[in-house]
Amino acid sequence: MTRAAIAVRHQLIGLLGVVERNAYLVKRYAIWEVTWFVWTVANTLTIVFIAKGVQAAGGTLDVKRETTVLLIGAVIWSYLGILFEILTQTVGWERWEGTIEYTFMAPLSRVVHLLGMGAFALVYGLIRTALLFGVIASFFTLQLGRADFWAAFVVLAIASISFLGVGVMTAVFPLISPEKGTQLGFIAQGMLLVVSGVYYSVSILPGWMQALAKISPATYALRGIRHALLDGAGVGALWGDIWPLLVIGVVSIPLGFAVFHRGEIYAKKHGMLKRSG
Amino acid sequence: MFAVEVHNLRKEFSRRSLRRRSGKRTPALDGVTFDIARGECVAVLGRNGSGKSTLVRVLSTLILPDGGEARVFGHDVVTDGGAVRRLVNRVSVEASFFKKMSPVENLSYAARFYGLGIRETRERIPEILDRVGFPRSRRDARMETLSRGTQQKVALARALLTSPVLLLLDEPTTGLDPRSKLEVQEFIRDIREEHDTTILLCTHDMVEAEILAERIGILERGSLLCLGPVEELLERFQAETVEQAFLASTGRSVEDDDENGNEDESEQPLEVTT
Ligand SMILES: Nc1ncnc2c1ncn2[C@@H]1O[C@H](COP(=O)(O)OP(=O)(O)OP(=O)(O)O)[C@@H](O)[C@H]1O
Ligand SMILES: [Mg+2]
Repeated sequence: MTRAAIAVRHQLIGLLGVVERNAYLVKRYAIWEVTWFVWTVANTLTIVFIAKGVQAAGGTLDVKRETTVLLIGAVIWSYLGILFEILTQTVGWERWEGTIEYTFMAPLSRVVHLLGMGAFALVYGLIRTALLFGVIASFFTLQLGRADFWAAFVVLAIASISFLGVGVMTAVFPLISPEKGTQLGFIAQGMLLVVSGVYYSVSILPGWMQALAKISPATYALRGIRHALLDGAGVGALWGDIWPLLVIGVVSIPLGFAVFHRGEIYAKKHGMLKRSG
Repeated sequence: MFAVEVHNLRKEFSRRSLRRRSGKRTPALDGVTFDIARGECVAVLGRNGSGKSTLVRVLSTLILPDGGEARVFGHDVVTDGGAVRRLVNRVSVEASFFKKMSPVENLSYAARFYGLGIRETRERIPEILDRVGFPRSRRDARMETLSRGTQQKVALARALLTSPVLLLLDEPTTGLDPRSKLEVQEFIRDIREEHDTTILLCTHDMVEAEILAERIGILERGSLLCLGPVEELLERFQAETVEQAFLASTGRSVEDDDENGNEDESEQPLEVTT
């Protein structure tokens, strides 16, 4: 093998190591995973019941359709939550365990390290999201007669590139503030979704929020997925939502790595990786 | 080529005081210069806060120095960190593992970061755990259930698994009982005999420094006061033991240390360590 091939092989093995470690942790914290899932289900239900509630209070709306709209919003909310949570754990959890210095002094490139976390987050997030969707769907009659699940999946997969980019940016916060940094992941999640029409149409927002919606990948993800599931739009018909996602993805991934790199340099300058011993 | 070349290395930390707004800056490393030959073991003694761990962190690319140079087998720690990381590993005072995971799991993922595949670790991990005297029956126990000494053995195994050519030992035996301490020291000696490993050992244990190292250095407030073979040290400070030399060189008696005489440390604000 040439030197370059060996180097690539080493990095791929490193990526495997990141995924492997996360898998061990999921296994070890299995009970917590179940508990957390139950919480997510409860949380999602509180939102999806709203459509029925509005009708019971005398409102006129297409309950089946609105319930489906809410369900999609809530599921995407939870999916983003998982991605950001796992990515902020890149630093957060390791600081807590005290392993961060060992990980950061290993010859694993930071990009590969973060990609490993991202790959795990995607797989784990998709499984959880599919489960959540299934469980919640069983509580309601939904408008999924014409749904194109494949097209919805394609949109979600492409949107995930941008979500990962943003997630990597938020992953840097625990490096700067070990105590509070992880919470900034939630803030990013909330900011992203509030302007993106998570439970409502973007058109009802004030003008300045609509402007922000244009650069938020979640806007296109939500709209595309709703279009695919409610109206049966295929991948071709969704191009209008897919290309902005590709553009945002192409920008946000390198931007995410650059932000993280800056944060790492800052932390290494100021001795913030860990301070003991 | 030297294994380690350090020239005029400087690092300051600003002390974020709880009282004053502008924390004063204190040097953790104040123009440190020394070399370590390939295969040599150098011990660095120094009081708490003298800069030992900072030196180790700079050499393992975890802290960026403010000035000066540090090279590991010719690779600059700042501009060529990637190459340095491939050559170095470290054991420090705290074992630092994922506490709910087993030793084997902790070692597996850590080895992957150094490019060791599944087939390699399947053979090497049990081998290395045997070597460091880790009890076979505890291999799948959670780290949190192991004693400190046993955890430290896993930390040694983690460092050796990646075959480092430079091993940085930052108080590897602090807090271990005398037997575990001897075991770890013996093991360090064995590795040196078998491999061509270069070692930088930071310790508070004078005997450990004397039995393991060819040269001993004393770091005081970020400055390397001296570095040489034991005899040279004793002669220079007119001392009979390394401890006497240490006390003479740091210019104070035992009573002066810490609470009373060490104004540096007493001024230090309480810091939340995580
Ligand atoms: N990350 C950091 N942030 C702020 N100050 C630091 C940091 N690391 C070290 N210092 C300061 O630099 C000086 C040297 O610290 P260092 O940890 O290198 O000492 P040490 O010799 O390893 O001490 P010990 O024997 O207690 O382990 C101390 O004054 C310490 O407070
Ligand atoms: Mg120290």
